[in-house]
Amino acid sequence: MVNYIDLTIQILVAMGVTALGFAIGMLFNGIARKITARIHNRVGPPIYQGYIDVLKLFTKKTNISHGWIFDFAALFSVAGIALTFLFLPVAGVTLLSGEGDIFLILYLLAIPALGFALGAGASGNPNAAVGIMRALMTMLAYELPLVMVIIAMMVYYDTTSLAVIVQKQANMQWAIFIPVFFIGALVADMALQGMLMEKPFDIPIAPHEIASGPMVEFGGKHLGALMLYKMMGIVVETTLFVDLFLGGGVVLSVSQFGWLAYLVNFIVWFLLILFVFFIALLINAVFPRFRIEQALKFYWKYDAIVGILILIWIFVGVTI
Amino acid sequence: MNHENWSKLARIMSKRSLWMIHFCTGCGAMEMPPVMTSRYDMERFGMHAMATPRQADVFLVTGYLAVKTLKRVVQVYEQMRDPKYVIGFGSCTINGGMYWDSYNTIKDLSKYIPVDVYIAGCMPRPEAIMDSFLKLFDMIDKGEAIGWQKYHKYYDQYKRNQRMAFSYRLDEVKDIKEDDKE
Repeated sequence: MVNYIDLTIQILVAMGVTALGFAIGMLFNGIARKITARIHNRVGPPIYQGYIDVLKLFTKKTNISHGWIFDFAALFSVAGIALTFLFLPVAGVTLLSGEGDIFLILYLLAIPALGFALGAGASGNPNAAVGIMRALMTMLAYELPLVMVIIAMMVYYDTTSLAVIVQKQANMQWAIFIPVFFIGALVADMALQGMLMEKPFDIPIAPHEIASGPMVEFGGKHLGALMLYKMMGIVVETTLFVDLFLGGGVVLSVSQFGWLAYLVNFIVWFLLILFVFFIALLINAVFPRFRIEQALKFYWKYDAIVGILILIWIFVGVTI
Repeated sequence: MNHENWSKLARIMSKRSLWMIHFCTGCGAMEMPPVMTSRYDMERFGMHAMATPRQADVFLVTGYLAVKTLKRVVQVYEQMRDPKYVIGFGSCTINGGMYWDSYNTIKDLSKYIPVDVYIAGCMPRPEAIMDSFLKLFDMIDKGEAIGWQKYHKYYDQYKRNQRMAFSYRLDEVKDIKEDDKE
């Protein structure tokens, strides 16, 4: 017999957490634009600009559609990224989890990008085709070093569960304080730059080259959904980094401090993802754009080799 | 929430986040960078230059329009999603400007697509562009910027004017007939 009350509460909590993730993503969009503007010596938009943009896009009328796959793709992306967020430990709390959820997350991270590709393909615009080719190529490039570092962490912590990795980093024993994983964090941060599609890896959405690439035919409500996906993507990807290397923002144990621990952990988690995103923004503000083969070369020649060396180091260290 | 309140909310949102596509036909490409960058910084008002017409709300037509360019302008305008606003930039869009007796430029842009705000001058200063943006915000707030509704209402008249302009050039006539078939 299923306990319907518990199930309903769980569904409501999941919906609330997803809404919170979207809200933080939209806030991050505004913060990013403000920081970039200050670096350019401009005033910049207000910090709540992300909310206005998304609301405006959803109030626009839809004149054109390119078939049902085009309509469906944006929803596909949003749903995929929301599901990924629910599987991640946020401030030590995981809503959906199981054994081996790191593999699941790595697969789930590809789903929104595939939804994106589906919509871009359905639009039939040549710029979108070029953009999506570049997006999948970049994904192929940055996933290799990222997976190397993640496998090294799985070997070191002897688990395939992200929640357990977060637990083992409690009491400030963050992975980044271990010298090998400090280098690992640098490697993963470069991969994160590609995941966030910030410069120098904003090759898929190069507005001046291929007219914003996969998003070229999206407008109005479709673009609103895609923007939600991108904003939530920032939160998901930075949270993955924070969970792996910075202890997921857990500073107080729940059993000792009760609800206060949830609040403090949440604030610490927020500050940590903001910090990780801030570094990505600083790199974004000063670098020009790579070409696709330069990005591939960077990831596979330097990033992946360092990742493999870390993996070998960890294997040797664990077995001896 | 009733329809009136909803459209008022939509207008407020649309006012604070106008994404712009600029169609620089030759003039105006020099006046836009100061407006976008740190000197006048239009991102203060949430304005942003977009790469494609699908994503844009404001259409900035700068400078003179040859008959051939007008065709592209109409195409870009029709690709944009409602609600959309047009700013005519420079004297050439008002009365032809220094090209008033040219054989292949159009004289009055508002005959072909509805224009919400004009900026006079040859060329207008960046201050004038900022002023036109503020004027457009004001018009959107009051619900006066209804060019896109006019385009729906008087579609036949606008199309007739466009066809008349295109058929001045013999080589363009063929394309229009092909358009009709679609």
